[in-house]
Amino acid sequence: MPEKQDRYDVVVVGGGNAALCAAMTAAETGAKVLILEAAPEPYRGGNSRHTRNFRCMHEGPLSVLIDRYGEDEYFDDLIKVTGGRTDEALARMVIRETEACLPWMQDHGVHFQPSLSGTLSLARTNAFFMGGGKALVNAYYRTAEALGVDVLYDAPVTHLAVADGRVNRVEYIHGGQQHNLAPKAVVVASGGFQADIDWLAEAWGPPARNFLIRGTPYNRGTVLRDLIDQGADTVGDPTQCHAVAIDGRAPKYDGGIVTRLDCVPFSIVVNRDGDRFHDEGEDVWPKRYAIWGRLVAAQPDQVGYVIIDSKSLPLFMPSVYPPIEAGSLAELARKMGLPAGKLQTTVAAFNAACGDTVGFQPTELDGVATNGLTPPKSNWARPIDTPPYYGYSLRTGVTFTYLGLRVDERAQCSDAAGPISNLWAAGETMAGSILGQGYLAGFGMAIGTVFGRIAGREAANHVG
Amino acid sequence: MLDDTAIEEARRQAQICNACRYCEGYCSVFPALHAQRVMADGDIVQLANLCHNCQNCFDACQYTAPHEFDLNLPGILAEVRQESWEETAFPAALGRSFHRNGTLIAMAAVVAMAALFALLRALPGGGEGFYAMLSHGAMVAIFLPAFVFPLVALGVGLKRYWSRVGGERIRLGHLRAAFASAAQMRNLAGGHGKGCNFEDGDRFSQGRRVMHQLVMYGFLLCFAATTAGTILHYVFDMPAPYALFSLPKLLGLSGGILLCIGTLGMMRLKLRSRPDLQFPPVRRGEFGFILLLFIVSASGLALYAGGGTTALGALLALHLGAVLAFFLLTPYSKMAHGFYRFAALVRDAQRR
Ligand SMILES: Cc1cc2nc3c(=O)[nH]c(=O)nc-3n(C[C@H](O)[C@H](O)[C@H](O)COP(=O)(O)OP(=O)(O)OC[C@H]3O[C@@H](n4cnc5c(N)ncnc54)[C@H](O)[C@@H]3O)c2cc1C
Ligand code: SF4
Ligand code: SF4
Repeated sequence: MPEKQDRYDVVVVGGGNAALCAAMTAAETGAKVLILEAAPEPYRGGNSRHTRNFRCMHEGPLSVLIDRYGEDEYFDDLIKVTGGRTDEALARMVIRETEACLPWMQDHGVHFQPSLSGTLSLARTNAFFMGGGKALVNAYYRTAEALGVDVLYDAPVTHLAVADGRVNRVEYIHGGQQHNLAPKAVVVASGGFQADIDWLAEAWGPPARNFLIRGTPYNRGTVLRDLIDQGADTVGDPTQCHAVAIDGRAPKYDGGIVTRLDCVPFSIVVNRDGDRFHDEGEDVWPKRYAIWGRLVAAQPDQVGYVIIDSKSLPLFMPSVYPPIEAGSLAELARKMGLPAGKLQTTVAAFNAACGDTVGFQPTELDGVATNGLTPPKSNWARPIDTPPYYGYSLRTGVTFTYLGLRVDERAQCSDAAGPISNLWAAGETMAGSILGQGYLAGFGMAIGTVFGRIAGREAANHVG
Repeated sequence: MLDDTAIEEARRQAQICNACRYCEGYCSVFPALHAQRVMADGDIVQLANLCHNCQNCFDACQYTAPHEFDLNLPGILAEVRQESWEETAFPAALGRSFHRNGTLIAMAAVVAMAALFALLRALPGGGEGFYAMLSHGAMVAIFLPAFVFPLVALGVGLKRYWSRVGGERIRLGHLRAAFASAAQMRNLAGGHGKGCNFEDGDRFSQGRRVMHQLVMYGFLLCFAATTAGTILHYVFDMPAPYALFSLPKLLGLSGGILLCIGTLGMMRLKLRSRPDLQFPPVRRGEFGFILLLFIVSASGLALYAGGGTTALGALLALHLGAVLAFFLLTPYSKMAHGFYRFAALVRDAQRR
């Protein structure tokens, strides 16, 4: 039997950025809103708590953003990374809406700060949250609670019962018991399914078991799977996920931003057997960041080993763990569990293929390349010969999955029979509706904020 | 010798922050931290003294417990900071005793008050007002050393601090920058002007900044009152008591009121704060010290009110005893933080 069914007009599934934007918007129009967040309070906020910025269109200087970043330029940047797999109408709508979102975010407690040191290239396009995503999430929870939104932590939703084109019942677990609710409207904002390793392995094959999950362990796709099983329309390739190469010593879940490694361009990367497998100097790092997630995933044991020498240590942002250090390559190999002879041969072959290095320029494509080496290193190729030597292991870190719920421009979900009359979706769980591959820094929070607000507004309208 | 485990732990956490940088906008700790890839012990000590425990970076951190990275930057920097004060204190043994022991502070205050009582009885008066109880000469004989000794001790402490953090030659510009920052307590604004997360979880509030300002300016006004009195006494040959509308009284009265409100406010905020984001072993000592400062200001105000009554002797002993204890404890109590913080701001100005 449904209990307390009359208390809530709108139930929001999830407790990250998209969920909070929906909840605040709905509550502001007078709806009685409940947030069901799977995570316990200290871990509330999903992947949103790991974020740092919001990509924002602006016709002139806006808050911390300098200069101008127009719709077309924003859209071009997006198309470049998605290779055209983009719903243009929805993408352009999100882009246009971001400009109004920024002041709205400030009104709801978010503080921005100028672009972080080491990220100056984003000063025009991305507004950084002061304190990062967790500070944003904290501010939103405060604002939501002041608006009368109730929040239940440790309350994973297990089933949305869909019949005759509407959600009739929300089932969730709290305090070890199953509970039911029958709200007038439901917003799903529970992220992707990347924390469900079995599901990842189903889509990617067994290597996925060695992947690390960069964000929350609570995005297991339970509600996504439940809705797929009931015939909800989906979008996006189930075998696709956004993955990058991160420090191999990172925790299985929730390592976040500090596990990223920016040293690949100044290194050689070998696999378990001590062989190089790809051009480390192909392009500037941000553009290659995502490629290396896949490259490492294709290596034995899904692991890579970055080797640099002391010349290169100051050239990249430090990461959470200090590198493994050794006075000789043989010692480094031993410490990293690599075949020592093979590593020395690989480095010797690389060093021999390095040419003139006077043009070395760490911040741009410098054309300092190897000669006659396969695979080549096309930029920043300097011999690795100045001890101490340093090493990092690399593993595949999954950011999010692309498979999601298909929504229209009003964030409404549908199945074969047409729209589901009281179900909306926002954030990562529907991001596949907009981008089918690739990723643009700051666009995840843009989608979540724009669609969260739309979903909240539509749900509240439905409630009347 | 300093216990290096706290510095080691602070370094571990600072390295995580250096890879993250999300809190860069909150305070001057982060820009200083990001400037170095390798942090020496002295650098960590300097970071610790730049931190004013606003706790904003704790609530903003995605890596606080139960996360395995277990970040608690305000907590560990408070510990390192505390140890740096104790380590550099002169003599160091006194630093450790009083910081960590509220009871000892109370005892010092009581002893000082009792001593004043005894002196008041034993020594002849010589003048009007409270000089009728204790002559000006006797007061100077007691308080001049009690004022000079702590200054010397603090001077030695700061010199030790300066070499610990590798300070360079100080130029006027450094001092100017540090004064400007301290006068407005700029860092206490929290980077975005909304203040600290201190007394109510992740809610930002100006409470701490306001109370701090009241205490600091209240203290400075009281100090100015004494200075004005001294000048009137020696330069203009106008000994106390002074009329209500005299410089020493107006300064002292307003300073005393600010100090009273400020210390009460600080205690209230501190009671609601989260002990594990500070350094718990000194919590009682800190309360003891704020209470002492409150007694200094409240008994001073009571002296103004009860000047003509039979309670004068008792009030005078109470007030002068509290002031005496306060002066003597300054290098070994929370009061020292103002001086170290100023030194840290000067050092930070050198980095920029
Ligand atoms: C390390 C890292 C850094 C990133 N940095 C950025 C950045 O700087 N800018 C940017 O735009 N994007 C960034 N992203 C991507 C960004 O995190 C996402 O696009 C965005 O946070 C998605 O928001 P969301 O609200 O849809 O999902 P989330 O924030 O992940 O929220 C999902 C919520 O649903 C809850 N949940 C899951 N299942 C259930 C269930 N069954 N019942 C109830 N609740 C459930 C979860 O606990 C969570 O609270 C980053 C991602 C990672 C991993
Ligand atoms: S306190 Fe946490 S969020 Fe802030 S910079 Fe350090 S690691 Fe990052
Ligand atoms: S507690 Fe406040 S002052 Fe200290 S490091 Fe954190 S943000 Fe800076």
